[in-house]
Formats: sequence, C-alpha cells, structure tokens
Amino acid sequence: MDLTPTEEQRLLRESAGRFVRAQYNADARRKRAEAGEGFSAATWREFADLGWLALPLPEAHGGLGGGAVEVGMLMEAFGEGLVDSPYVSTVILGAGAVAAAGSSAQQADLLPKVAEGALRIAFAHSERQARYNLADVATHAVKDADGWVLDGAKTAVLDADEADLLIVSARIHGNRADAKGIGLFIAPRDAEGLTLTTDLRLGGGKVAQVGLAGVRLGADALLGGLEDALPVIEAVTDHAAAALCGEAVGMMQTLVETTAAYIKTREQFGKPLSVNQALRHRMADMAVAVEEARSLALRAALFADAEPVDRARAVSGAKAKIGRGARFVAEQAVQLHGGMGVTEELEIGAFLKRVVFFDAMFGGVDHHLKRHAALSAAGRAA
Amino acid sequence: MNFSFSDEEKAFREEVREFLASALTPDMKRAQGLTPSVFSDKEISDPWHRALASKGWAAPGWPPEAGGPTWTPAQRWIFATECAKAGAPSVSPMGVAMVGPVIIRFGTPEQKAKYLPRILNCEDYWCQGYSEPGSGSDLASLKTRAVRDGDHYVINGTKIWTTHAHHANMMFALVRTDDTGRKQEGISFILIDMTSPGITIRPILTIGGDHEVNQVFFDDVRVPVENRIGEEGLGWTYGKYLLEFERGGGIAAARLRRGLQHVIDMANGEAPGQPIDDPALALKISEIEIDIDALELTELRIMSALQTGQNPGAVSSLLKLRNSEIKQAITRLAVDVLGYDALVWEPTRPLYGLNRATLPEIELPVVPEYLNSRAFTIFGGSSEVQRDIIAKLMVGL
Ligand SMILES: Cc1cc2nc3c(=O)[nH]c(=O)nc-3n(C[C@H](O)[C@H](O)[C@H](O)COP(=O)(O)OP(=O)(O)OC[C@H]3O[C@@H](n4cnc5c(N)ncnc54)[C@H](O)[C@@H]3O)c2cc1C
Ligand SMILES: Cc1cc2nc3c(=O)[nH]c(=O)nc-3n(C[C@H](O)[C@H](O)[C@H](O)COP(=O)(O)OP(=O)(O)OC[C@H]3O[C@@H](n4cnc5c(N)ncnc54)[C@H](O)[C@@H]3O)c2cc1C
Repeated sequence: MDLTPTEEQRLLRESAGRFVRAQYNADARRKRAEAGEGFSAATWREFADLGWLALPLPEAHGGLGGGAVEVGMLMEAFGEGLVDSPYVSTVILGAGAVAAAGSSAQQADLLPKVAEGALRIAFAHSERQARYNLADVATHAVKDADGWVLDGAKTAVLDADEADLLIVSARIHGNRADAKGIGLFIAPRDAEGLTLTTDLRLGGGKVAQVGLAGVRLGADALLGGLEDALPVIEAVTDHAAAALCGEAVGMMQTLVETTAAYIKTREQFGKPLSVNQALRHRMADMAVAVEEARSLALRAALFADAEPVDRARAVSGAKAKIGRGARFVAEQAVQLHGGMGVTEELEIGAFLKRVVFFDAMFGGVDHHLKRHAALSAAGRAA
Repeated sequence: MNFSFSDEEKAFREEVREFLASALTPDMKRAQGLTPSVFSDKEISDPWHRALASKGWAAPGWPPEAGGPTWTPAQRWIFATECAKAGAPSVSPMGVAMVGPVIIRFGTPEQKAKYLPRILNCEDYWCQGYSEPGSGSDLASLKTRAVRDGDHYVINGTKIWTTHAHHANMMFALVRTDDTGRKQEGISFILIDMTSPGITIRPILTIGGDHEVNQVFFDDVRVPVENRIGEEGLGWTYGKYLLEFERGGGIAAARLRRGLQHVIDMANGEAPGQPIDDPALALKISEIEIDIDALELTELRIMSALQTGQNPGAVSSLLKLRNSEIKQAITRLAVDVLGYDALVWEPTRPLYGLNRATLPEIELPVVPEYLNSRAFTIFGGSSEVQRDIIAKLMVGL
C-alpha cells in the first residue's frame, strides 16, 4: 500500500490547479456570468489538449487509461474553481458507459472522438417516478424488423442540450423495477421523436427532461448488444458519484479558505471576527469535515474498480458523509459571512447552490445511507 | 391549567375561519404559497393587511387603546394558527410588529395620533434602518450621523440590508447624534420620510434570486426634530426594545407548522417517487414536528405571562434562535423531498407571475426558499449573537 501520488498524478493535479486558478478565479467567473456565457467550445478543446478528456478512456481507443483516482484529482481542482463543464456527463457517464459496455465497433467509433473533444455524449437514465432507484425504468424499447423503437421519458439529464448523442436506458423486457431486461441505446440528439425540455441547473450548467415518442433507432443502437445493462448503469453511476465527491472536496476547500480569510479581515466589536471562539470552533469543525471528505472521496476512487459490492459501499459511504459535510461547510460559510454571505455579490451562494446540486445528484444522504446499510446487511447474511 | 378550548374560544375560531373563507382570495393564497422570500411582497401583503384592518384585526399584539383587538393569549394563538393554516400572507412586520410597539411605548401623543392609525390602516409602509456596512452584529458602532440644524436633523451616511426600502415611504432608523461617550450613548431613534431629498437606494440581489434588501444612502437629508422618538441619545434603549418584538413574542410556530405541512403535501403528492413512504423521512418529519411543539408551547407560556403589548425580554432571543433553526430544517427537508426536481433552477420572479411552470407548482418555491432562509439565522441578530444574549441574560454568565 502506498498513498503518495505518483509523479504523473502530481503533475496532473498541478496542471489542473494552475488551469483553474488562471481561468476560474473569482474575476473570471464573474465575467462569464455577466456575459451569460455557458461552457465554451474553446475551453472544451483545451480540456482535450490537456489530455483530460482522454484521461479515463481505454488506451486502445485513444484514451490514457487513467483511473478514478486521477479523475478525482481533476475533479477536485474543478471544484476549487467551481468549473461548470460537461465533463461528468460526457466523459464519465456517456463515454464511461460506452467503454464499459460498447461493442468494439461502437468503442472504436465513439471513444476517440470523445478523447479529441469532437463528440459530446449525455446519459439519459433517471426517470421521475424512480426517484433514485436505478432499476426503475419504465421507458421501453421494442424491436422490430428495422431496429428499435423507444417510448418514455427521462429526467435530470445533464448537459443534453449540447450533446451530440444520448445514451438512453430502456426496458427491453420485464416489469418496471426489474433488475433484468434494461438496455442502453445510442440515440442522436436530433433523432425524430426525441424532445428536450431544457432548464437552467442549480449551481450552473443545464438540465433536461427528455421525451421519447416512437424514436426509431437502428438494430446496432443497443450498446454492446446487452439486454442486462443494470450492472453497467450502476458502475457508471458510482464512478460519476465518486467524481462528484472529488469535486465537492474542492468546493469545501475553497469555502473554508475564503471564509477563514473573511473572518480574519472583517472586524466587529473592534476586533477581527476570527478572535471569537464560537467562530474558531466552527471553522475547526469545517476543516475537519474537509479532511474527512478528502479521505472518503479518495476511498471511493480507490474502490472504483473493486467488486461491485465493495465499490458500491465505498461510493455510498462517501456520498452520504460528504453530502452532509459539504452542506455543513457551505451553510456555515454563508453564516460566517453574515449578510454578505447571502448576496450575489460574493460567490459563497454559488458554491452553496452547487453543493445542493451535488447532494441531490445520484441520491442524497439518506439514499446512500440506506444503500450502504442494505449492502452491509446482505453481506452479513451471506 | 388546561389545553382545550372553551365554548367562547371555539366560537372565536369559527369567526376567524369564516373571515378567512371570505377575505382570503385564491389569488392571495396562491401568491403567498409561491413566495420564496423572507417577507411577503408588498403587493400581496398590503391587500391582506387592509382586509384585516377593516375587521379591526391588523395588530393583534397592540393594546386596545392603540387600536389592537381585546384578545386573550388563546385568541391570539387561534388567530395566528388559523391564518397560517389557511395560507394567508404575512403582514409587513416593520410597521405593526416593530416600530408600532416603540411608538406606543415611547412616542408623544402627537406621534401616536399621527403614525399609529396610518400603520393600522396600511397607509405607511415602513423599513428598518439599523445595520450599516461596518455595523452588523456590533450595531452600536453605527456611524450614520444626524447633526442638529435648527428644528431639523441633517443626516449623512448609509444603511445596508434594508428590507423593502424600495417599497417603503417611511424608515425608522438608529442614527448617531453624539460620539463623545460610550458608543451606545450617542444614538437616537428617528423616523425618516423616504421621499425626502438626498435619499438614494441601491438594490442588493440575494442568493435565492430575489430583491428584498437594499443599501440606502443619505446625503444631507433633512428630518424634522419632531420625528425623533423619545430623548436624544436614548435611541439604543428604544432600538433594543424594538428588537425584542422583532425576535419573538408572536406565534412563529403556526407558520412553521404550515411549512412542514407543505413538505408533507409534496412528499405525499407530486414529489418524485412518493417519498412519504420512506421511513427515514417519517422520522425527520416527526423530529421537526416535536421541535415545533416545543417552540409553540414556549411561545404560549411566555405570551400567557405577559400583558398584551408588553415586551417579551431576553427570552425573545430563545424564540428567534429556535424559530430560525427550525425554519432552516424545514426548508432543507423540503429540498431533500424534491429529489431530482431540486436540479431545476427557475430564475423568474415573482414566481406567482409565471404561467408556464417548469416544475409542479407546489415545488417551485422550494429551492429559492431554502437559499433565502439561510438569512433567518443572520438577520435580527445572528444566532451567535442570540446565543451570547441567552448566555448572558438567561444563564447569567
Ligand atoms: C481521564 C483523564 C485522564 C487524564 N490524564 C492526564 C494525564 O495523564 N496527565 C495530565 O497531566 N493530565 C491528565 N488529565 C487532566 C487533563 O489534562 C485536564 O483535565 C484537562 O486539561 C482539563 O483541565 P481541567 O480538568 O482543569 O478542566 P478545566 O481546564 O477547568 O476545564 C473545564 C471545562 O472548560 C473547558 N475550557 C477550559 N478552557 C477553555 C477555553 N479556553 N475555551 C473553551 N473551553 C475551555 C474545558 O474544555 C472543560 O470542558 C486527565 C484528565 C482526565 C479526565
Ligand atoms: C435578508 C436580510 C434582511 C435584513 N433586513 C434588515 C433590515 O431590514 N434592517 C436592518 O437594519 N438590518 C437588516 N439585516 C441586517 C442584519 O441584521 C445583519 O446582517 C446582522 O445583524 C449581521 O450583521 P452582518 O451582516 O454585518 O454580519 P457580521 O456582524 O459581520 O457577522 C458575520 C458573522 O460573524 C458572527 N459574529 C459577529 N460577531 C460575533 C461575536 N462577537 N461572536 C461570535 N460570532 C460573531 C455573526 O454571527 C456572523 O455569523 C438584514 C439581513 C439579511 C441577511
């Protein structure tokens, strides 16, 4: 066992940190927000040039073969600067599903384009009635002589508006919440019958509901020809949750630093706020929360390719505890800034919003505690 | 001691319900339900205030000689509870609940005759000019100057976080009339006409996406000396007296219950995936409900011990602390119940002006309200300040 980063990992973390400090400092974020700019194509190309899009993709298809630990380092840097990019949707979820389940032809076709920055993929799996149950898929796919026909509705699809393709889950057979019988389909965003209702997303970016009304896809649209893709969906979702945990650590770090700097300079009662023990202890608890989060995010990354049960327990443990810790840190960052904390003039609120997004995405604290407990109970019974 | 209603109290409850059934219009209810900000918008609260005024019910906390109804604590509780249950808007507190009690206690007969009826009948809209950029928790360090010039004060300086200054035609303010002694000693309490020359207002947007607060600048603003409350230099005393009413002494529990009911309604209705069936949610709901029960009976105990219009004292800090924390717990739970619907951000304000809903209407205010509610533990004295007051005045440290 060795938890010191390799030279390559150290360089990755440094270059990501440099990039974020240069391009995602408070001034730059403000200018972007004022210009109403979303994520720019130019920045995406830079991501490609820096090798970040290729990072976790297989080497056989233009990738660098990195793992969840490297992704976590990158995400932590993104979190520090509140970078809002379609990285998780395209690289971790979309390309991740293709890499995990695609046929070699599908991989050879799609993955190099993702690595080059020429293709964006959104992942359309969640359904409203399912809440966070990954097996609950009512959208169905029927096979006929020409291929597949998909009908149904998806919710919480990240960054679909700028994606070229969507990976859509649909039930091929069985009942709504059956574990078996779910397939993943490659659908062009402009497929006939596929409609997007796009909204602003809490904390930055876009989120869409996807309607599927008789969407016709070719016979080769089924990812890997797989009719039992739930294990793939679970794995890819866990990888994405682990990546978001890394991002949350970065956000928490920035919130603690920003708040510490604020209370050292803001004076009330003739002295800096930071001399008050109530606030010193609060900040101590916030700092403890960051370190625990850092450890659990790393733990989730280290278990990302372990046996599914171990992976799921590590990810759910991290998601639950970081969900709670990040909320605590962000809410207290607002509190310690007083009135300034609730204004749009500072960015504390923007971080809080992204933290709420983090907590809601892929299931909140309670969902992951329950999943952790259920997996543990099943392990004890076995 | 008993906790059941007498026949007269039941009859009063009927009267309140009948009034609500006729005076509270569906539009008012919808607008209030879709209000994620801390205070109701003026265009919602004013019509409701007028409806209450026409019934003589606009100021339940005032003594009868000032125009309050002659209600027992039980009646005040029934009224607050029925209004909250029905989803009525809140009346703007700055007039009725804040400056009103100060004028009643410390105002001259002329000031009472001039301002109290205008507050009761919703002719004036007030804002609170206490905080300044450099003076938040340390309010007594405030610097906005009022310099005597004949029968006027000339005011220079700035106030910040002034809720609804952009709606108000009157402000009550703490200003510095002397800076030679202790900082608390040179403060005076004055009433400022917001249409006076020299006042400018800068809006401040908050993280829930709303415009509630402002910065107000005073540039040689002339205010008649007769607009001072009480004695020059004793403003700190009056200002603190007001804060006791701002913080507690009413019935906050009723609105908290309404907020919790909203969470239950969503969980049992349109929120994704029928979350009401989740036992973990049931525990959280019970925990909050018990917190509300504790607050409610504390409020009732205090109210029963006070005469109508009397100031609640240091215990107001306890009520404010718990009310704000429970409020935040409710809004946090509401966001959890939304599941993936929490991801959708609707920027349009007011929400009740929307006709294309991005989410089920019951869910629309949830995330902005969560964000806005962060302010509950900051305004009116932060939780840290309330804990200091409790430690000092209740525990004796
Ligand atoms: C089981 C046990 C084993 C111990 N073993 C050893 C040992 O091996 N060697 C040894 O030398 N001592 C030992 N101690 C003593 C220990 O170090 C002291 O009890 C400790 O330092 C606290 O001092 P005190 O008991 O005088 O409490 P006090 O210092 O009087 O503190 C009382 C309370 O006030 C709090 N407090 C004090 N100052 C502050 C402050 N500035 N801010 C906020 N809160 C404050 C404390 O946290 C505590 O809750 C032991 C104590 C215990 C209980
Ligand atoms: C939505 C909103 C509406 C408001 N409306 C009004 C209004 O209408 N009129 C008005 O006059 N004001 C209003 N306020 C202002 C409010 O009263 C102040 O924000 C509040 O008193 C805190 O002051 P501050 O913002 O300067 O924070 P600061 O005093 O700078 O405090 C920052 C943080 O430090 C903590 N802190 C400060 N001193 C201590 C200490 N000694 N020990 C421990 N912790 C400490 C605080 O608790 C807080 O967490 C409003 C504020 C908000 C957010």
